[in-house]
Amino acid sequence: MTATTTSARSDLSELGRSETALRTFLHGLPGVDQVGAEQRAAQLGTRSIKTTAKAQAIDLAIRMVDLTTLEGADTPGKVRALAAKALRPDPADPSCPHVGAVCVYPAMVPYVAEVLRGSAVHLASVATAFPSGQAPLEIKLADTRAAVAAGADEIDMVINRGAFLAGRYSEVYDEIVATKEACGDAHLKVILETGELATYDNVRRASWLAMLAGGDFIKTSTGKVPVAATLPVTLVMLEAVRDFRAATGRQVGVKPAGGIKTTKDAIKYLVMVNETVGADWLDPDWFRFGASSLLNDLLMQRTKLTTGVYSGPDYFTLD
Amino acid sequence: MFEYAPAPESRSVVDLKPSYGLFIDGKFVDPTDGGSFKSINPASEEVLAEIAEAGAQDVERAVSAARKAYDKVWGPMPGRDRAKYLYRIARLIQERSRELAVLESLDNGKPIRESRDVDLPLVAAHFFYYAGWADKLGHAGFGSNPQPIGVAAQVIPWNFPLLMLAWKIAPALAAGNTVVLKPAETTPLTALLFAEICQQADLPAGVVNIVTGAGDTGRALVEHPGVDKVAFTGSTEVGRAIARSVAGTRKKLTLELGGKAANIVFDDAPIDQAVEGIVNGIFFNQGHVCCAGSRLLVQENVADRVLESLKRRMAHLRVGDPLDKNTDVGAINSAAQLERIRELSDAGSAEGAERWSPPCELPDRGFWFAPTIFTGVTQAHRIAREEIFGPVLSVLTFRTPAEAVEKANNTPYGLSAGIWTDKGSRILWMADRLRAGVVWANTFNKFDPTSPFGGYKESGYGREGGRHGLEGYLNV
Repeated sequence: MTATTTSARSDLSELGRSETALRTFLHGLPGVDQVGAEQRAAQLGTRSIKTTAKAQAIDLAIRMVDLTTLEGADTPGKVRALAAKALRPDPADPSCPHVGAVCVYPAMVPYVAEVLRGSAVHLASVATAFPSGQAPLEIKLADTRAAVAAGADEIDMVINRGAFLAGRYSEVYDEIVATKEACGDAHLKVILETGELATYDNVRRASWLAMLAGGDFIKTSTGKVPVAATLPVTLVMLEAVRDFRAATGRQVGVKPAGGIKTTKDAIKYLVMVNETVGADWLDPDWFRFGASSLLNDLLMQRTKLTTGVYSGPDYFTLD
Repeated sequence: MFEYAPAPESRSVVDLKPSYGLFIDGKFVDPTDGGSFKSINPASEEVLAEIAEAGAQDVERAVSAARKAYDKVWGPMPGRDRAKYLYRIARLIQERSRELAVLESLDNGKPIRESRDVDLPLVAAHFFYYAGWADKLGHAGFGSNPQPIGVAAQVIPWNFPLLMLAWKIAPALAAGNTVVLKPAETTPLTALLFAEICQQADLPAGVVNIVTGAGDTGRALVEHPGVDKVAFTGSTEVGRAIARSVAGTRKKLTLELGGKAANIVFDDAPIDQAVEGIVNGIFFNQGHVCCAGSRLLVQENVADRVLESLKRRMAHLRVGDPLDKNTDVGAINSAAQLERIRELSDAGSAEGAERWSPPCELPDRGFWFAPTIFTGVTQAHRIAREEIFGPVLSVLTFRTPAEAVEKANNTPYGLSAGIWTDKGSRILWMADRLRAGVVWANTFNKFDPTSPFGGYKESGYGREGGRHGLEGYLNV
C-alpha cells in the first residue's frame, strides 16, 4: 500500500531561497519520539521471512547491493575484480542476479568503468571530499565533476555536518544544489552521516533538507564513523521519503550503508521498506544497501536455499 | 510485491490431553457431579479439550483444601521459603514459555507474536517480582509485620488468561495467602498447565487450586463463606454483582473492570509514533484489553493528517492465523464476543458514524473481525460510551486541551488514558486532570510488574502490581 494523499501537491522549491524559510520549515516537521521509533524498528525486526519469501528477498537484496570498496589500499586490480563480481556474483549459478552498483573512490572509477561498460550495473563514486567533507566547495565540486567525467553515473556526496549542526541550513542546501548541478545526468545520493547527527529529529530534518535541495537518494552513512546504518535511522528516513512524495509528488530513494553484514539484517531492512513505504520502493532504483561483506552472506544463503547445502565461505570469492 | 510466506509456530511443543480435571489439593480430580464443557480454538472452532465443570461441592473441596494449606503450611511458612517456591515457579514458566505461549494462542486466539513477546515475559516477570517481596513485607509500608488475609477467591477473564493469573496468584502467594482461582470458561488451558507447573515446583498441596467452569462456578466461589478475599477482573456488570454479594461480609474485595480509555493526540505530537501508539492501543490483542485506547481524541488541526497515516498503517496489519509468527491481529475469542462487537459496530453505523476498515481477507472458519475505525463520532454515540472490547476505534476531535480533558473524563470508566505531545509541561497538566488510574505519555499499553495498575470510578478499585499490589492481600 502506498500513500494515497488527498492533499494538494505543494511547491517547496522556494524554501531554499531564505535561511529563515528553511529553518521554519525544517523545525515545523513533526518530531520523532526516540523510544517509539526504536520500538517500531525492533518490532518489524521480529518478522519471520521463510522459504519462498526468503528466496525472493535474497535476490532482491543482491540486486540492491552497492558493492563497495573505499580503502586507501584499493588498487586497479582489486576494483576490477570487484566489478567482475558485481556482474556475476555467483559464477556457478547464472540465475543469480547482478548487483545494483559498484561504489569506489573517484581515482578508481576508470578501471571499474572498463569492466562495467555496456552492463546494467551502475557505477557509483563517492565525491565531495569523502568522508569528512572538509574541503573548500570548489574542490568538492571538482571532485564530483572528475568522477562523472571518468564514467560514474551515481555520485555519493557527504553533507557539511558542521554547518548542519550549527544551524546554517542554507549553506548545506546550497552545497547540495551545487553538487547536483555538477553531477549533470548522474544520480546524486546525499550522505547524511546520521551517526554524527545525534538525534532522530536531526535525521528527519537533514533528510528533508537533502530532498528539498534535489538529492535523488538519501543515504545514512559513510561507513567511516563508529555508528553507521541502523534500523531506526532508516525508518525515520523512509518516513521522510514517503512524506516528501506525498507532499511534492517526487520519489526519492534510500540507502542504508555500513554495518549491514548478514542476510538476516538485509531482510529486516526489506521488511521495513515493505511496511513503511510499500512496494514502490522495493526496487534497486529506490533502495540500495551500501555494503561489502553482505554480498557473500547473501550468496551463501542463496546457495543454501537452492541446493539445501550450506557451503562454507571458501566457496565464495573474497574481495 | 513482497509476500511473506506462512511462518507457523509449531504446535508440537504442546501436549494437549483430551480432557482435564479440576486442580484441588495438589491433584487433578474429577468433578463431583461429572459436568464438563469444551474449550475450542477460536481461530478454527476446533475442540481443544474437554474441561471439568466445578459445581458447588467442588468449590467446597477447593476452599477447604486452600484453608488447610493456609493454616498448616503456607501461612506459617517463613517468607524466604515462600519466595523459594515463587522463584522456582518463575523459572519454570521461563523454561516452558514456548509451550505456554503456543497454548495461549491456541486457546485464546491471540497472535503468537504477542503471547511470546508480551504475555509470557510479563508472566515470568510478575512471579520474579513478587517472589522478591515475600521476605520483605515488613518494608512494604504496611507495618513491620503485616499478616496475610487467608483464602483468596480469584476470578479472571479470557483476554490475558495466564497474565491475569500471574497478576492474581503471584502477590497473593507472596503475601502468604492461599488461592482458589477460576479461569474464564473459554480460556482455561494455560491455567491448567500452570497447575502442572505448581506440581513440578513441588508447591505444597492446596496452596493453589484451580476450578474451571462458567458463571455459576464463579458465583459459588465468590459467595463461599470460607473465602476471606475476593479478587475479580472482568466486566463492570459482573463486578457490580460481586460487590453486592460481598457487601456485609468480612471479605475484602478488589475489582478491575471495564474501560473506555481516551488516547489523546495533540498537534505537536510525534505523528508517526503516535500512529503506532494508536494502533497498539486499540488493535493489540484484538482490542480485548480493558485499558484499550478505544477513543481516539485528536486535535482538529491535525486530524486529517493523523487519520490518513492511521489508515495507511492499518493497511499493513496482518490479520489471520494466530500461530503465524507474522500475524498482528488474531481471532476474536468467542462467538458471543464477536456478536457483541458486531452489534455495537452496527449501532455505530446506524447512529451516523462513518465506518472504515482496510481491505483484508478473513478466514472462513473461526471468529474474526477486521480492524475498524469510526470517524465522525460524538460523545452521544454508543460506540463512544460503551466498552466494545474489540478491534474498533472511535475517533473524536477536540480544539483545546481543556476540551480534551472534558471529553476524556466524560465516561463512567477511568482505567487508563494516553497523551501524545512533545510538550512535557502539557503532559503533567493533563495527567493531573485525567481521572484514570494509568496515564501513558507518548506510549500506550506499557506494563511492568513494578507499576501499580487499577481504575477510577466504574473501572474498579484496588491496585495490582508494584508495592501497592500487596495491599489487597495483606490484613491492613
